[in-house]
Amino acid sequence: MIHSRNLPFAATLAIFVIAYILCVIQFPNMLSTRVIGNLLTDNAFLGIAAVGMTFVILSGGIDLSIGSVIAFTSVFVAVMVGSLGIHPLVAFAAALVISTLFGSLMGAMIRFLAIPPFVVTLAGMFLARGAAYLISTESVPISHPMIDAIQGFYFRFPGGGRLTAMAMLMLAVFIIGAFIAGRTRFGANVYALGGNQQSAELMGVPVGPTTIGIYALSGFLSGLSGIAYTLYTSSGYSLATVGVELDAIAAVVIGGTLLTGGTGLVAGTFVGILIQGLIQTYIVFDGTLSSWWTKIVIGVLLFAFIVLQRGIIWYSNRRMAEGRLVA
Amino acid sequence: MSEFQSLLEARGIGKSFLGIAALDSVDFSLKRGEIHALLGENGAGKSTLIKIFTGVYTRDRGTIHLDGADVAPGNVGEAQTLGIGTVYQEVNLLENLTVAENLFLGRQPRRLGLVNRREMSRRARALLQRYGLDIDVDALLSSYSVAVRQIVAIARAVDLSGKVLVLDEPTASLDTHEVEMVFAVLRQLRDEGLGIIIITHFLNQVYAIADRVTVLRNGRLVGSRDISGLPRMELISMMLGRELQHITREQQASDETLAPGAAPIRFSGYGKRGSVAPFDLEIRPGEVVGIAGLLGSGRTETAFLLFGIDRADSGTVSVDDAEVKLTSPEAAISKGFGFCPEERKSDGIIGDFSVADNIALALQARQGWAKPLSSRQKAALAERFIKSLDIRPADANRPIKFLSGGNQQKAILARWLATDPRLLILDEPTRGIDIGAHAEILKMIGKLCADGMSLIVISSEIEELTAIAHRVVVLSDRRHVAELRGNEVTADNIMHAIATPTTPEAA
Repeated sequence: MIHSRNLPFAATLAIFVIAYILCVIQFPNMLSTRVIGNLLTDNAFLGIAAVGMTFVILSGGIDLSIGSVIAFTSVFVAVMVGSLGIHPLVAFAAALVISTLFGSLMGAMIRFLAIPPFVVTLAGMFLARGAAYLISTESVPISHPMIDAIQGFYFRFPGGGRLTAMAMLMLAVFIIGAFIAGRTRFGANVYALGGNQQSAELMGVPVGPTTIGIYALSGFLSGLSGIAYTLYTSSGYSLATVGVELDAIAAVVIGGTLLTGGTGLVAGTFVGILIQGLIQTYIVFDGTLSSWWTKIVIGVLLFAFIVLQRGIIWYSNRRMAEGRLVA
Repeated sequence: MSEFQSLLEARGIGKSFLGIAALDSVDFSLKRGEIHALLGENGAGKSTLIKIFTGVYTRDRGTIHLDGADVAPGNVGEAQTLGIGTVYQEVNLLENLTVAENLFLGRQPRRLGLVNRREMSRRARALLQRYGLDIDVDALLSSYSVAVRQIVAIARAVDLSGKVLVLDEPTASLDTHEVEMVFAVLRQLRDEGLGIIIITHFLNQVYAIADRVTVLRNGRLVGSRDISGLPRMELISMMLGRELQHITREQQASDETLAPGAAPIRFSGYGKRGSVAPFDLEIRPGEVVGIAGLLGSGRTETAFLLFGIDRADSGTVSVDDAEVKLTSPEAAISKGFGFCPEERKSDGIIGDFSVADNIALALQARQGWAKPLSSRQKAALAERFIKSLDIRPADANRPIKFLSGGNQQKAILARWLATDPRLLILDEPTRGIDIGAHAEILKMIGKLCADGMSLIVISSEIEELTAIAHRVVVLSDRRHVAELRGNEVTADNIMHAIATPTTPEAA
């Protein structure tokens, strides 16, 4: 039995499976571990950031700063390692501390100054992008034995596919994220905030610490995503990852999380990422389609999902009303 | 402990907001194993008092003893720790979480730092079984009826606090059967020794569940009484009071002074299911029709129907012998109706607009936004009404939020008078304004009807109605139960009509 709560997730999963089967019927080569491995690697940085976005949206908020923070982190790491010769681990740690603090600060402003998340994180978006330009406007290449080692590390699937370090990182983030959302008090508080902040407060949810924690987590994961992106491209570039926050939001919503907050699953976001990756892969296989078709299909899917969610809410309300009449 | 027999003992509680007293040295005591109803009309101070108990507000004066110990809860959590739990009418639990998650939010059982969902569900089932509720605790709260949600809320509040349970209109959105479900739970808790404070405006329910009542009026204590042996009449007169007794019926016009013949505005069989039962109402020029009834009896709903805010699903309206349809306030305005709502602050004034702009609003709406009033026209309009209604300060350009309540009310009256209505509906025109302005507004109502305008006045102050109304329609349980005219319009008759128990219909 599927509770109506999980219906959007079930729908997403069904769409992914059906779409994948259709793709495989047209291009049998798409059913290979190579394709799956590449799909995971290519979308690793987006997936990591989307986990943070899932928490933010579950709580009823939004984080527009993600793309800029990714760009900032990648330039920061690239300059520290590539130009200044600092050890990558130190650079990674510093980048994560900065991005986490940045997120906490935005969370604190949202809570204590009662400014809508949209406005605060919009300011954060400009700020982080500006800081990235300040460090460097050039694309900074990065090379270090340790980074080369990480990039070269992978598990081989049967069939030649590779599960890279970045893909593993993303999978780990998804698994840990799912645990935090589903099995911790912090996670329960996030859902409570998204349901109704006033009720949550009356029920004793620590709204301030939870809000700060949510944006700190999103900041941390944006930083981690920036590191993954640096590893993926072997460089840092302040003009990169413009609009990634919107791709992340799309993945979260297609994954069945309500934009109004309170309902959704981290696992849904994972399927949302897979669907986006699948569309891109299809376009590559087809070879004649413009890559803009990705955006068009995602746009259509987003519309479809928002309508689906409305429909589910409408349907369950109507069933409630009928139930009361019978009782 | 020996000094205080009561579980909760409050003495001399005072609380002011912005210098206006909401509570003035109120005493209240709650025993163990007692269901205590807190009654009063809007603005009587019920909510303020329970919010002081539950830590939402802090008191300015007075003492509260719980189990003999002096307490001063600073927030909801503190009150809970002390043993005082609250269940509100609406904003309560989280519909997007499961029943078990709602019951244990913030105190989930954990194993190795992770929430143990199985244990949580087991405990939730055990907890609800005490209340005779055998439901799937892992289903979303939103999949259950309001009554079940209310019981879950009670279970959570009792489990968290355990001494005093405060319920703020817990039955407002329940049907008869569901009310019984909730009441059964409350009786069980009472028998277990809990002290329960319940706010409700359904008198039938007060008599069904409460052991004792405390009545507040205008922030003051009227009295505490045992419910057994307290006649309805007396309870109602405690609630509605007789503070305006000095106002005589000097302006009382007899039916003969009214225009003869059939009434030009007639509502017949007019009603809306779940809102107000069908009623007939005729209104003649120069007539003041009062609408009396307790809070929640359908007073405001009647006004909403008359003004087209709610659509009727039965009955007809005729104006000047022509049948019309009131499907929106716009349609009502075009027939010459006007309406001053009860919630002046939220539904009436636009605080940052000047007095002149506020007055011009309805006239502007009536003649359409394409033909804006010139600023000279507005100024002239404002000047006329500031003079005739004596609005103070006499500054048309001052933002209206800086005026006193009485003057704001006059400005809203002016807004409708500017449209020259034939029927003006006033919902609680004297609520929240001081006694001097009160008398002035009543005087103005008398003058308006002398000029031939028809008025419908809704008021919870019976003496106010007897002073100004030619006829009084009495509402109870969302139906018009009586219509008093001429010499029948007395406070006693109105209260009798309200108190007569209505047969609960199987709706």
